[in-house]
Amino acid sequence: MMTAATRSPELICPAGTPAGLRTAVDAGAHAVYCGFRDETNARNFPGLNFDRAELHEGITYAHDRGVKVLVALNTFMRAGATGIWKRGVDDAVSAGADALILADVALIAYAREAYPWQRLHLSVQAAAATSDAIAFYRETFGIARVVLPRVLTLEEIDRLTKATAPCETEVFVFGGLCVMAEGRCSLSSYATGKSPNMTGVCSPPSHVQYREDKDTLVASLGGFTIERFARGEPAGYPTLCKGRFRANGTEFHLFEDPVSLNAVELLPRLIEVGVSAFKIEGRQRGRAYVAMVVRAFRRALDSIAQGREFDVGELRALTEGQNHTTGAYKKTWR
Amino acid sequence: MSEVLPPLSLTLGPVLFNWPTDRWIDFYARIADEASVDRVCIGEVVCSKRQPFRDDTLVDTVERLERGGKEVVHSTLALPTTAREIRAISEIIDAGYAIEANDIATMRLLGGRPHAVGPLLNIYNEAALARHITLGATRICLPPELPFESIRLIAAGTAVVEVFAFGRAPLALSARCYHARAHGLPKDACQFVCEKDADGMDVHTIDGKPFLAVNGIQTLGHVVTAATHQISELHDAGVVALRLSPQSCDMVRVATIFRNLADAHITAGEATKLLSSLALPGPLADGYLRGVPGANLIDEVD
Repeated sequence: MMTAATRSPELICPAGTPAGLRTAVDAGAHAVYCGFRDETNARNFPGLNFDRAELHEGITYAHDRGVKVLVALNTFMRAGATGIWKRGVDDAVSAGADALILADVALIAYAREAYPWQRLHLSVQAAAATSDAIAFYRETFGIARVVLPRVLTLEEIDRLTKATAPCETEVFVFGGLCVMAEGRCSLSSYATGKSPNMTGVCSPPSHVQYREDKDTLVASLGGFTIERFARGEPAGYPTLCKGRFRANGTEFHLFEDPVSLNAVELLPRLIEVGVSAFKIEGRQRGRAYVAMVVRAFRRALDSIAQGREFDVGELRALTEGQNHTTGAYKKTWR
Repeated sequence: MSEVLPPLSLTLGPVLFNWPTDRWIDFYARIADEASVDRVCIGEVVCSKRQPFRDDTLVDTVERLERGGKEVVHSTLALPTTAREIRAISEIIDAGYAIEANDIATMRLLGGRPHAVGPLLNIYNEAALARHITLGATRICLPPELPFESIRLIAAGTAVVEVFAFGRAPLALSARCYHARAHGLPKDACQFVCEKDADGMDVHTIDGKPFLAVNGIQTLGHVVTAATHQISELHDAGVVALRLSPQSCDMVRVATIFRNLADAHITAGEATKLLSSLALPGPLADGYLRGVPGANLIDEVD
């Protein structure tokens, strides 16, 4: 039997488009994840995602190269329209998806009952942060893997991974960082009427406005000012939870600084505790970015497997505003 | 048509904020004696560090509420992460309290026993509602984010749906404590600074517009949700209970206003006006119910 330390973990990479899928596969992904071009997945952005034929072609391309395809149907079904999500499950299964990434308890139940053999992963959007929550999904629906919320510390991931075995754990290691418990946040709909849970979008571009104000550029979301940039300063995207606000008499990034997650330095420790898969966020990112990140992480994983040193510096340049964080994985973040 | 429906019942949600123990005891004493609510949720939902201060008074508070004719329900922690927090939830279940689950872990601990489901679990459609009923749910407060149209479809043909009808809507949970962060303190040495803000700490945009409220690891809206204009439609749709979420204003008055509105003794306009005259932490809003941004106010042209 393989021990946790010797089992080789999977690198799970974003495939926002068919071309992005091929890029990630060619760059060294062990698996890619993608979604249909509708409200069934949490990256429901214009110009992204797959139609049915594209998914078939993408799965063929990936499988021919020994790479798995995970299909995310990880929003919560809209009342009166659950057929859209169930059809998504049907079509992903018939296309040969290696696993479905699901969050809605009723969609998980549907997938399990209709396709007893299908491998199911619990999406981060289900916010299963304790061994009891994971055990609930495992015992009730036979979930094979859980994508852990980004709210956990390394120590908690260690404990959870051991407690939930044989259910596998997957963690995010790079890219955008939700500071709230995923799947349990409606900040976006409070300001815009659209949210990850209901429409598969957060802080949608349709509700973003930029305006000049003296020497600054002001970015707002749904009419609420989120950030102000000095002239010449690179203007970041006004994601609500990365905004600058006033509280307790000061003006600061109340929830989180505009940083990205980069847990590359924690990879050896995460492998040691038995995490099965490492996920790179960014289905909305360009192909060049995805190729660089995937290559760098694949090199790091291969180096660790061979007991060699690896360079963590090359990834730093890719993180937003050159700032990165190991997020909640280190307890001091809290 | 609404004549044949049983009257809407009123649920007082758990106090989400860190009120000092004396205030907490006095609040529930007055609720027990004076408030026209059918059901009262007690228990710490947001931060497990707050709970020990009230442990000694819990039994007395429950007794007093029950003597006042209220059904008492224990709401559980929304984001448990430690073994100690899970143990605490188990102990509450084992003590025989009626439970309102706010996290999936609690569902497993309940093991199919009858329970209520709080507004922090994700039930967005009729299939999820049905699934939770098979898991033992006997009353389900839907997430505040849902528009009326979804509530109508979910509530149809069931008699379990409760709707978040008053109070600052809970919007998000985090591992990070924003109260501590705003005061430059580490979470583990927070000095319980959240106790300073009975309705949460106000968060303004940098140009001074009121926006959100922070309550430890929880973020809420600045506005106060009030479903006054939707009550009769909600009732007709099959909703059986309204949730009133405690704020620092006179909650006995709030309950009376909603009781009178539910019984059609006053109009929605009158109820809105009466609520507006209370010491609210923000203006009244019903954007979520109308399917527009949750921050949008009652009568606001969207």
